[in-house]
Amino acid sequence: MKMKPAKQVSNSTRSNLITIGAIIIVYIICQIMIANGSISNLMKGLLIPLCYYSIMAVSLNLTVGILGELSLGHAGFMCIGAFASAFFSKVTVDTIPNVFIRFTLAILIGALAAALLGSLIGTVVLRLRGDYLAIVTLAFNEIIKNVMNVLYIGVDSEGVHFSIKDAASLNLEEGGQTIVNGPRGITGTPKDATFGIAILLLILTFIIIINLVNSRSGRAIMAIRDNRIAAESMGIDITKFKILAFTISASLAGVAGVLYSHNISTLIATQKNFGYNMSIMILVFVVLGGIGNLRGSIIAAVVLTLLPEYLRFMQDYRMIIYAIVLIVMMIFNWNPKCIAWRKNHSIKGYLAMLFNKQKKEA
Amino acid sequence: MAMLSVKNLGISFGGLRAVDSFSITIEKGELYGLIGPNGAGKTTTFNLLTGVYKPDTGKMFLDGVDITGKNTIEINKAGIARTFQNIRLFKNMSVLDNVKIGLHNNYSYSTAAGILRLPSFFKSERQMNERAHDILSVFNLDQDANLLSANLPYGKQRKLEIARALATNPKLLLLDEPAAGMNPSETEELMETITLIRKKYDVTILLIEHDMKLVSGICEKIYVLNFGTELANGLPQDVLNNPEVIKAYLGE
Ligand SMILES: Nc1ncnc2c1ncn2[C@@H]1O[C@H](COP(=O)(O)OP(=O)(O)OP(=O)(O)O)[C@@H](O)[C@H]1O
Ligand SMILES: [Mg+2]
Repeated sequence: MKMKPAKQVSNSTRSNLITIGAIIIVYIICQIMIANGSISNLMKGLLIPLCYYSIMAVSLNLTVGILGELSLGHAGFMCIGAFASAFFSKVTVDTIPNVFIRFTLAILIGALAAALLGSLIGTVVLRLRGDYLAIVTLAFNEIIKNVMNVLYIGVDSEGVHFSIKDAASLNLEEGGQTIVNGPRGITGTPKDATFGIAILLLILTFIIIINLVNSRSGRAIMAIRDNRIAAESMGIDITKFKILAFTISASLAGVAGVLYSHNISTLIATQKNFGYNMSIMILVFVVLGGIGNLRGSIIAAVVLTLLPEYLRFMQDYRMIIYAIVLIVMMIFNWNPKCIAWRKNHSIKGYLAMLFNKQKKEA
Repeated sequence: MAMLSVKNLGISFGGLRAVDSFSITIEKGELYGLIGPNGAGKTTTFNLLTGVYKPDTGKMFLDGVDITGKNTIEINKAGIARTFQNIRLFKNMSVLDNVKIGLHNNYSYSTAAGILRLPSFFKSERQMNERAHDILSVFNLDQDANLLSANLPYGKQRKLEIARALATNPKLLLLDEPAAGMNPSETEELMETITLIRKKYDVTILLIEHDMKLVSGICEKIYVLNFGTELANGLPQDVLNNPEVIKAYLGE
């Protein structure tokens, strides 16, 4: 896969600040619209999903764009994060009444669970490359999703009970509670996720990856991407840094999962939310937003999530429009002529021109 | 004690004996040339010395330490760095970052410190930047530090490869055709730079080169490979006047 060249260092710091600023401005506008009731219910319901899809896209970009490996299993890590954290929140909903503390812990648990699984899977699969890696990560994604559908977990005074048969074989004592109920998943997770926290987590995800990229470990990861043999000859431990990147990427997907599970009342692992459909959709965000371009990932995630919702009135035609938009975005982002055109007609360029004119006139 | 001591190193690819009984002793601070016709096995020798290929015969010692059979990463850490005949820069990274990859194992702070921007991050990064600029300025690449390495002209890319290898702080530097594709004045400049880095960085050098002016100009000893075996080895005047060597180069 061809990588987009990185920009100059000083330049990119500024553009990252602009991205964070833009996210905050969008957040403030949304809050104002919520306050004066000018936001539609549809849009209101999409605010948190937009954040977790963006987190998914940005974190997958770490694997695909920065590490340069094709993963088709990103939704699997989201799934683990969602279930681990929902389990925790449901068990502790009475013992930890403070929402802030409980949700903070839930986020950490979701991230940690996904990180553990990510490092485990990474250790096994990162020997593979290219298409092989894509296929195996996709398989792991399906395994995770299917396991969540046959898993029963209950809690009673003796502790935690597991089963992969049915709820009855948990052998819970009187007053025990089935938390994860096989294909019926987890119900009654406290709805702790708010738009504010979701935005905060998106910004944090963005900063984590940006800071990683501009540090010693991030450089090692990119060196492996650019030239494996040269990186080895510089003494870079290929396996270590590949697993590191994959693990961080997985743990951030876990955070997206935490937002997901704390935004709905019933958590079930389906093909649509945690299957390869989701993984591929996230990959589409990454590819269309520009591989290695974090800001592009967010824009693509937002546009491509809103679009089908707002095209609902067109019924069956909406998928055609969606497909056309995908193609147009791809051309816009990747066609060399379009890239040149954008360079010549960028807002920054116009501003600079305007500024220079004023200077001359002054 | 010799900096590099190699005895009877050899490797076969299928039926082809690419390198056979390669033995060499390089003293600390020496500049050794490795020459030979196309396909003689020069690059393969470098690949053996850096662990890219595992030798099927022979032993090699760096500064008295047995490094036979070690992998590329271990050998780099032991003190051998190299450049590549077909340039292998980190193309999507800046010139500065290419050198900082070379510095990777000489400075250390944790991934967490990098993400959280702890003081150790700023301290190490400042030192790394200083050192990287220092090395780049030796190669007159300082003003290109923030350019994408892929955008450098060819001659500068070759120089950046050497700078990056030097950044790993090697005892022994292996240069695979550093002057390939350079014009005479660039080659001249490169010869001066090589002489300069030997003194400044106290490094021992083994270099492969086809440019005889460069080889006879700066090499203190020369090893000639032909069809994977030693044809001659010794002082330049002896080696370059050796009738066998002349025959191998000019053909029968
Ligand atoms: N991985 C490999 N598999 C099979 N054969 C190889 C391999 N690497 C090198 N060879 C063969 O070994 C021989 C020596 O190749 P090598 O690249 O070392 O030559 P060289 O002396 O560097 O030549 P040049 O001056 O053209 O760079 C050649 O015949 C080459 O085809
Ligand atoms: Mg060669």
